[in-house]
Amino acid sequence: MPLTLYDKIWNEHVVNQQEDGTALLFVDRHLIHEVTSPQAFEGIRNSKRKVRQPKLTLAVADHNVPTTNRSKGISDKDSKIQVDTLAENCKEFGIQLFGMNDKRQGIVHIIGPEQGFTQPGTIIVCGDSHTATHGAFGSLAFGIGTSEVEHVLATQTLIQKKAKNFRINVNGNLPLGVTSKDVILQIIGKIGTAGGTGYVIEYAGSLISSLSVEQRMTVCNMSIEGGARAGLIEPDQKIFDYLKNKPMSPKNENWDKAIDFWKSLKTDSDASFDKEKSLNAEEIKPMVTWGTSPQDVITIDEKIPNPENEKDIDKKNSIERSLKYMGLKPDTFIKNIKIDKVFIGSCTNGRIEDLREVAKILKDKKKASHVSAMVVPGSGLVKEQAEQEGLDKIFIESGFEWREPGCSMCLAMNADKLKPEERCASTSNRNFEGRQGRGGRTHLVSPGMAAAAAISGNFDDVRKYQN
Amino acid sequence: MKKFNSLRSIPAYLPIVNIDTDMIIPKQFLKTIKRTGLGKNLFFEIRYDNDGKKINNFILNQEPYNKSNILITGKNFGCGSSREHAPWALLDFGITCIISSSYADIFYNNCFKNGILPIVLEEEKIKELSEYSKRKQEISIDLEGEKIFFGNKEIKFEIDSFKKKCLLEGLDDIALSLKKTEKISSFEKNLKNQKPWIFND
Repeated sequence: MPLTLYDKIWNEHVVNQQEDGTALLFVDRHLIHEVTSPQAFEGIRNSKRKVRQPKLTLAVADHNVPTTNRSKGISDKDSKIQVDTLAENCKEFGIQLFGMNDKRQGIVHIIGPEQGFTQPGTIIVCGDSHTATHGAFGSLAFGIGTSEVEHVLATQTLIQKKAKNFRINVNGNLPLGVTSKDVILQIIGKIGTAGGTGYVIEYAGSLISSLSVEQRMTVCNMSIEGGARAGLIEPDQKIFDYLKNKPMSPKNENWDKAIDFWKSLKTDSDASFDKEKSLNAEEIKPMVTWGTSPQDVITIDEKIPNPENEKDIDKKNSIERSLKYMGLKPDTFIKNIKIDKVFIGSCTNGRIEDLREVAKILKDKKKASHVSAMVVPGSGLVKEQAEQEGLDKIFIESGFEWREPGCSMCLAMNADKLKPEERCASTSNRNFEGRQGRGGRTHLVSPGMAAAAAISGNFDDVRKYQN
Repeated sequence: MKKFNSLRSIPAYLPIVNIDTDMIIPKQFLKTIKRTGLGKNLFFEIRYDNDGKKINNFILNQEPYNKSNILITGKNFGCGSSREHAPWALLDFGITCIISSSYADIFYNNCFKNGILPIVLEEEKIKELSEYSKRKQEISIDLEGEKIFFGNKEIKFEIDSFKKKCLLEGLDDIALSLKKTEKISSFEKNLKNQKPWIFND
């Protein structure tokens, strides 16, 4: 029977097919961070169990860490306890940890690929919903809860029920200034925030193949915002080149064996999908979210929707609620909305190519005087690379702050947050109520659009900055 | 894990769609290293005002709904972050059964690990139950029989048999999986031969 890439990875990992229709799946790679792991380790300890495969687990502190000078440690008491607890747990159970002052430290979904820990054909899990990022490498990667983290630590397996197959084809070329962030925002706008629930999405088509490895990660990263637990892309030569010589990539004869296997990771041409959708890349424009769900997207040329035009009562109420929270009037052009802050970073858009995109637009320009803006690199290695290329100087010259790596204002667990009613152009992944700080108003955009908004002081069309 | 069999309670109705886990429990409460104590901060930002005072018109601040064990709510409940703090907060508040027309995937799974029953019903049935909830009368949930009883009516619901069994018996699925240790070991052995790079050997 013809199979999809998801079917193949699934089949290769079944340890036990259980009578109730679930399967016990082997987990090749387990990433952990300080927020969703302490209770799992506590459970392991209380039940006197062991961590089965500590070498298949990699830990990093990212959610709570300060992005300002770290030499004095973490001042927030609870954050410090959580980060210290992770270090103690890793020591006790023999798990490799990138501590806060290690230059390999960074956002969990950025360091996995960077180290070559992320590999095609593997099952990768993490107590974090943006784990689908790793699907860009042709792995089956998904977020799990803390009880499941404990299950993986104890057994190196997970009990799962198979999801359905959903293929999203994006063909053609993107217009200048339009990025993979706009592609995924457009997809979420079209399928809705629950459109992918119960499915694994495979992104395919000529546009997807033409994307760089990092751009693919941005697409897969936001699969969860469309309700899908996982999103993946067939691995190709770009992926193999990216992984070659990474610290944790296969070495010597194992590299050749791995490449042979990775090349076989393809959806059969006659495989059938439970659901399929196609988009034309040429029609995608720079996107901005206006509401409090990632599906609330419009293009930079459009107006804020009017709830009066909505017939469905639930949707009408939902729009009204969002507009009230966001402090927006219906039928206003998004370009006329002033912003207070700009956040560049996160597992969605905190990689080197994202920072280059921002620097390209900011070069020789200043941010608007009323805007405060920061760039938070996704990892210590991204930071180092950016500094080698002189990008940090461009950011600082433009009036941006240049910070230490971490999740930062994507979820505002550390000191970086919005004040009530502050409006932010953010390259992160969620615009939920209170996500970036109580009462804070988040608009999701691409890195280039965030840079354009910083210069203009309101949302603006990044395409006018393309030469 | 505590067993779930049947439940009687006055249900509370929260008519918002796409309630995300940030709304259920905001990030400032994720800094705990424990599973307990999150109930007082459940729905923090829509339950308390900026001064920390309870917002009177929020359903879970009102008698008798402040003691509800059943929450009826809008579709796609629990979307967003994977944080298990969301079901922990619901459980700590006392909510052990949720009724909605759909759930986000990770949240749905997390419920079963914590003895919470998430029931899926059609929108029409949700409307009927939410109307009934205004009477401030108890309804009962029978997991074994997969039925909800209210007034002199009943609604049938469906649930996956394995998940049902776990709730009814309060099963520890790690213990169940550890019984398969031999199979796991043999899988690993085979994997080491087939794909030695997985173990970095």
